[in-house]
Amino acid sequence: MSTADVAGLRGTRSRPGRTAVWIRPERVKELSLLGVIFLALLVFGFLVDDYFSGRFFNRVTTSVAITAVLAVAQTLVIVTRNIDLSVGSIVGVSAYLTGQFASSNPSASPAVAIAIAVGLGALLGAINGVIVAYGRVPAIITTLGTLAIYRSWLISHGEGKTITADSLPSWVVDLPTRTVFSIGGLDIRVVFAVVIVIVAVLQVAMQRLRWGRRLYAIGSNPEAAAQAGLPTRRLVLGAFIACGALSGFAGFLFLSRFGNITVVAGQGLELDSIAAAVVGGVSVLGGSGTLVGAFLGAVLIDVLDQSLVRVPQVSEFWRNAILGALILAAVIADVVIGRRFRRRWSAEARPHTKVGDDSTDLPTEPPVLTGASPKGDATDA
Amino acid sequence: MPERASRRARERAGPERPGRRPRAGDIEWARERTWELLLAVILVGTIVYNATQSPVYLDVDNFVNLFRLSIEKVIVAVAMTFVIINGEIDLSVASVMAFAACVLAAAHESGVPFGLAIAIALAAAASAGFVQGLVVAKTGISSLVVTLAGLIGFRGAARVLLEDRSIGDFPDWFGDLGREDFLGPMPFALVLFLVMLLVGGVILHRSSFGRRVYVIGNNADVARFSGIDVARVKLVLFTMSGLVAGVAGVLFAARLGSVRANIGEGFELDIITMVLLGGVSIFGGSGTLLGVALAICIVLNLRNGLGLANVEANTQTGVIGALLIVSVLAQNVLDRLPLRRREVEAEA
Repeated sequence: MSTADVAGLRGTRSRPGRTAVWIRPERVKELSLLGVIFLALLVFGFLVDDYFSGRFFNRVTTSVAITAVLAVAQTLVIVTRNIDLSVGSIVGVSAYLTGQFASSNPSASPAVAIAIAVGLGALLGAINGVIVAYGRVPAIITTLGTLAIYRSWLISHGEGKTITADSLPSWVVDLPTRTVFSIGGLDIRVVFAVVIVIVAVLQVAMQRLRWGRRLYAIGSNPEAAAQAGLPTRRLVLGAFIACGALSGFAGFLFLSRFGNITVVAGQGLELDSIAAAVVGGVSVLGGSGTLVGAFLGAVLIDVLDQSLVRVPQVSEFWRNAILGALILAAVIADVVIGRRFRRRWSAEARPHTKVGDDSTDLPTEPPVLTGASPKGDATDA
Repeated sequence: MPERASRRARERAGPERPGRRPRAGDIEWARERTWELLLAVILVGTIVYNATQSPVYLDVDNFVNLFRLSIEKVIVAVAMTFVIINGEIDLSVASVMAFAACVLAAAHESGVPFGLAIAIALAAAASAGFVQGLVVAKTGISSLVVTLAGLIGFRGAARVLLEDRSIGDFPDWFGDLGREDFLGPMPFALVLFLVMLLVGGVILHRSSFGRRVYVIGNNADVARFSGIDVARVKLVLFTMSGLVAGVAGVLFAARLGSVRANIGEGFELDIITMVLLGGVSIFGGSGTLLGVALAICIVLNLRNGLGLANVEANTQTGVIGALLIVSVLAQNVLDRLPLRRREVEAEA
């Protein structure tokens, strides 16, 4: 049972005569993350001369576009208590094959190229989803396997050749610098605007549509979701397909951003996507976390990424060390904030219980993710 | 629920049934050891096939060489088996390996006596594991996340230490330790692996600590209510995992002769693949070290065989990825066969 989810429901219901918790915990997470981002910007602005420039903004928004799409994709799957380790390989396959297609058909319309990227991703995601949902292989095992399979297929398919920016039609290479509009020297790039739209639409879908709520339900308690009659397999498959499609799209963004694509393109992006989601407050135990949070997590990571290089006092080699500490800090803060909230709710819901006695609300959940809870029946064997 | 059924079947296979030791010929025994039997069959098949492909394959030297090239992963896989059976996972091992190797190199560079440098490196690796274990045990945060932070963070620490330099120039005896034969045709690392396998097997399958590892992996709540100090067992396991990764990192440095911050990148996936292929449940609570040892032999022989058949290294990786998925699929099918009717009823 996801405590955050229950808490969210409880939080919206204010009762007269008691201190009402009026803010949902997801919002708290998102707001505090936003605060951390601003804090980071302030600190870097202090350390780096001429930090707040239009160029810096562009650099961050272009790189956020890719990480954010992957973070959102990953979140869709993590929310169902699964995980997709193969997104980096999907990005690679999609970027490489779309690049091949675009360079051999320079006259093809952008829509076709993007459709190919998204379609390829969806196909690879569907393979993951079928194995997880219908083959009942734990997601971490399935996608660990397909991570290797997709990549090794790409390497043997590519035969070591590189897609070069020169061979690509100009619209692909120019895409990252296309601007929708500018506010006071800050360009809002097309790719960034598109990503914002994607995040917004999916956020609303996850929050309001039946499909989205059901994904949370599955992640909160897979067995209860199945017993409540939800088509859990189909939904999990759907989440994997959506994740794959978004990763495919990220592959297209990768292609247009870098132009030169080798067969190892996108390697390691799965870790970035999980890191962004986790920093964004998405629980790897499933059932809680928002896409906006994952997006903000991606923004924070990319701000760090693009800023550390420019701080004279620290070398760029600190990037990973800081990122690791950040993830740990984010999850520990999450637990601390979560406990505090839970205390207030338990005091509100059960006035007779001692405030602070939250141990009963905290079952140790299985650490690894799967379509169904394996733990429930361990005692009845 | 089929998941539940397969779980139950595996639980029956678990080692925690006091007073009844399975015997060969026993139908229960066959069921309990299905996975190991299957692995043994695959292994024998691989070996026989490889032997027909190449005359040098059956040489002792060839077998030793198989291990020589992946010995660090194999050593870490033994510790990882404990961690996964305990219901946790340690994604940070490859980064801790590199971290230990970089601490060694940095200490050596700054003039610390080499023996002391090794001790510092091992202590650093053990503390890396200890810190992660502490967070997992005390806050209850999923080890997947904690060790993901470790994966990124300790690789970062390695990079902070060495930046983009490569440090070598280690004492001769250290290089010999990594490359020369130690006992018969076997290098030191292989001897160490065999000893670890033996000692690990006794601890896991014959000691009360090992039993606690299984119980916690099966159900941490039950373990807690039975008076097991769950946090302490987890702390011990993560510290041990860090220490073993450190040993592997130091041995890796000895074999390579020089250290960079990016050594061993991506090893964690290979290591976890070996353990899971060995029939260890990713949910914890079941699996044997024997299975993992067989899986290690399969992976190494398969790679070797594919190499002899001129299959490229990356395709080998793909084949092993497929093997991983198929192995669990096969396990699911095997588990479901005798129970199929009950499940149809349950689902109807």
